[in-house]
Amino acid sequence: MPQDVEKVKDHFELFRGEEYTTMLANKREQFENTHPAAEIERVTQWAKTEEYKDLNFKREALTINPAKACQPLGAVFVAVGFEGTIPFVHGSQGCVAYYRSHFSRHFKEPTSCVSSSMTEDAAVFGGLNNMIDGLANTYSMYKPKMIAVSTTCMAEVIGDDLNAFIKTAKEKGSVPEEFDVPFAHTPAFVGSHITGYDNAMKGVLEHFWDGKAKTVDKLVRVPNGKINFLGGFDGYTVGNTREVKRIFDLMKVEYTILGDNSDVWDTPTDGEFRMYDGGTTLEDAANAVHAKATISMQEYCTEKTLPFIAAHGQETVAFNHPIGIEATDKFVMEVARLAGVTIPDALAKERGRLVDAIADSNAHIHGKKFAIYGDPDLCYGLAQFVMELGGEPVVVLSTNGGKAWEKKMQALFDSSPFGVGCKAYPGKDLWHMRSLLFTEKPDFLIGNTYGKFLERDTGVPLIRIGFPIFDRHHKHRYPLWGYQGALNTLVTILDRIFEHMDATTNVASKTDYSYDIIR
Amino acid sequence: MSVSTPTDIAEVKERNRALIQEVLSVYPEKTAKRRAKHLNVHEEGKSDCGVKSNIKSIPGVMTIRGCAYAGSKGVVWGPIKDMIHISHGPVGCGQYSWAARRNYYIGTTGIDTFVTMQFTSDFQEKDIVFGGDKKLAKLIDEIQELFPLNKGISVQSECPIGLIGDDIEAVSKAKSKEYGGKTIVPVRCEGFRGVSQSLGHHIANDAIRDWVFDKNEGKELAFEPSPYDVAIIGDYNIGGDAWSSRILLEEMGLRVIAQWSGDGTIAELEATPKAKLNVLHCYRSMNYISRHMEEKYGVPWVEYNFFGPSKIEESLRKIASYFDEKIQAGAEAVIAKYKALTDAVIAKYKPRLEGKKVMLYVGGLRPRHVIGAYEDLGMEVVGTGYEFGHNDDYQRTAQHYVKDGTLIYDDVTGYEFEKFVEKVQPDLVGSGIKEKYVFQKMGVPFRQMHSWDYSGPYHGYDGFAIFARDMDMAINSPVWKFTPTPWKQEGEFLAIAAE
Repeated sequence: MPQDVEKVKDHFELFRGEEYTTMLANKREQFENTHPAAEIERVTQWAKTEEYKDLNFKREALTINPAKACQPLGAVFVAVGFEGTIPFVHGSQGCVAYYRSHFSRHFKEPTSCVSSSMTEDAAVFGGLNNMIDGLANTYSMYKPKMIAVSTTCMAEVIGDDLNAFIKTAKEKGSVPEEFDVPFAHTPAFVGSHITGYDNAMKGVLEHFWDGKAKTVDKLVRVPNGKINFLGGFDGYTVGNTREVKRIFDLMKVEYTILGDNSDVWDTPTDGEFRMYDGGTTLEDAANAVHAKATISMQEYCTEKTLPFIAAHGQETVAFNHPIGIEATDKFVMEVARLAGVTIPDALAKERGRLVDAIADSNAHIHGKKFAIYGDPDLCYGLAQFVMELGGEPVVVLSTNGGKAWEKKMQALFDSSPFGVGCKAYPGKDLWHMRSLLFTEKPDFLIGNTYGKFLERDTGVPLIRIGFPIFDRHHKHRYPLWGYQGALNTLVTILDRIFEHMDATTNVASKTDYSYDIIR
Repeated sequence: MSVSTPTDIAEVKERNRALIQEVLSVYPEKTAKRRAKHLNVHEEGKSDCGVKSNIKSIPGVMTIRGCAYAGSKGVVWGPIKDMIHISHGPVGCGQYSWAARRNYYIGTTGIDTFVTMQFTSDFQEKDIVFGGDKKLAKLIDEIQELFPLNKGISVQSECPIGLIGDDIEAVSKAKSKEYGGKTIVPVRCEGFRGVSQSLGHHIANDAIRDWVFDKNEGKELAFEPSPYDVAIIGDYNIGGDAWSSRILLEEMGLRVIAQWSGDGTIAELEATPKAKLNVLHCYRSMNYISRHMEEKYGVPWVEYNFFGPSKIEESLRKIASYFDEKIQAGAEAVIAKYKALTDAVIAKYKPRLEGKKVMLYVGGLRPRHVIGAYEDLGMEVVGTGYEFGHNDDYQRTAQHYVKDGTLIYDDVTGYEFEKFVEKVQPDLVGSGIKEKYVFQKMGVPFRQMHSWDYSGPYHGYDGFAIFARDMDMAINSPVWKFTPTPWKQEGEFLAIAAE
């Protein structure tokens, strides 16, 4: 009997015992009608070849293991960043269960979100009644300050009109006339979660700035000296937003974080569940129209939002998830220029400490080859930083990256001798990446949790940076942005390299001469 | 928070009834009327729990339920390991359910098994406008080329498929013919169908009937039948549950010819109508196909419960009663063999868990099936409810599981669940990932009872030891005494501190 009450064995050890391995071998042999072992081995080896890669890249219809999610996820991300706001997703209810689970698995935090629970009858007659009842229920039960509406693909396919529905719901008394219900159409069959972020953020700003769906006058911009800040869809939003606020405070910049979800996804365990916590106040969201300028940390998350803001007379600046010395320098200097402040010595010192750390450690990264995947802006930031460390990106892949992104990446590679030979892969998935890892043979892979399947199959060690990270805890609390964030990123990369060194040199009397105590 | 701790059953019932009235008061009138039918205090001797179930969720209330796609792809079909399951439609559904359910299996992923992969047609606007049938046909060709060892394909419909009028049945039939009769199963599990995951289970069961069984009639078995052949139905092998169940059935002398669907294969599905008995764990998700096999192939089925020694013992004897004395003796031998283990588990953990109160809210069979395991450890379930149960689930719950005065909540809303827990103050809540952090923030110990909180197995005798260990580590973790901020406590804390 394998189980032992003194040292209870769970799935990690239990099934490795003889009783179970024998039982499962018998199952396989007698009942599974499996392919012969030699055939499995042949196909396993074939799937590593150039020939397989060519076939794999010929795919036109099939997507396998994509590194992207759908629009409404981004809309939910935006909504919870506003004070007392509950996301309301109009369409099938299962979608909302998925978004909530997805975020909770990443942040290890609750994510509150409601659905209008449309079913077959709504598919036939439209979801107006679901909107009317849904808004009334949400308003009564959860006492929000704002309900931010987005859509699932079901509502989009049948063509429900959010503007008209919300108007009717208000007329029917679901929520008070003056209650804020911004909305965005977020069809899952267009773009990805970053598109959803863009549409939802634009929806909120449009609501407050442009007359709340024709119910009040549009705001007239009276420019002030403030800076608006858009983080974009970011798995590190908790750590990053706090770090950016610290930098702004150090620089004495007056700012508004548009969509600040750093508190709601990091609430204390002290006996009270906070459904709402922190977030951009609705007043600040409205007053953000008067700002001098808006900074977006992720160009491809704000392709519609930034032009919308620019059209209101503000200067806009977009970064690509800046990580590292050069990118942070540029960010800090732009902020100083826009806000008309000088950069404090404290930041110069932080910068110097980062340079110091890189000088100490870069020998372990120099010349190593990296494959990187993730959202388009994150890929850019990571590739730039890797090159700054003397590393060589060889494959950079973004399922939700497009042609413009590819061009931008190529320009980045061309700007450095460390980018020679690197190629960007827009619109490709992690099954493409699997082939590339076999044929391009990078030393390390940078990506999200799903990269562990690639690590298992190809042996290329995974450095976990991205979204989602399900199988490591609390990473989202540590920033990637700012000089401090770059230091964290450096340590994350280094730790994995050192672990790999130790794991490949620890055989006694065979390889352990390199199992050094000092590295 | 002032909370009464009622001691007698009349007080408990009264408190629970008041609690139901209190939560209903927050709703608009129409909603309160509808929700009232789903909440009740169980009365001993009643044939069901006195709640309505399997009814549409109310918009805007934060239901915890999922959809038909989740029931079909996520539960029934997804674990069949040697088939490729296409999430047909936009990218999200497949992405959020990718490898999230811990259906353990053995195989070379990407070569001869495919469970923890996300295959999708990643619908774009043009697919919505012009239809996705051509894309589906092409996609199947690409699967055949890149994954030559796959044993079958299922097409799991997402919402748009049924709305845009695609004919996935025609594509599946044509492609099956083209590939020499390959099993290609179209499943109409669009997320807007039905009221929860439940209809997805049913649709998935029917798809097995129509596209696997009917197609295979008359086909020879690949093995010699024996008088002791059984199939495990409705075990998804979460954290290895089906394995720690299978071992007991085999030890009592039975031969398990199929697992549905955790670590299962298409060959096992095909062989099942030849079983002598189907043993059914998750009644909710697989009673349909069990009934079908009984009617059409004459295979009887029996429900069992492998959570906790009391129910395991009862179940082993019940299963054995369908067979001869040899198997009955085998069941007794298995019970005897594990007696020392379960005694030791109870001796170790019962003193640490005795009298602790539990509130559950889960899906499938668990809102009732796990109650016995808690009771074996001296714990008490004071509230329970089903995400997507039907009345037959509540009947089974009332007749075999819950105690007088238990709070019952069907399709509970986020608001109700939070309030119930706040007032009842259980020592443990068992529910899902969406609920976990809500209750932990409140300082209430929690275990995920869908995924076993990444532990398991919990089924069988081996699983019971893990279950007991996990409940102990949740409830008796030192962290919970730190949830109140010491300098914010009123007199009570300071008085203790001063002692």
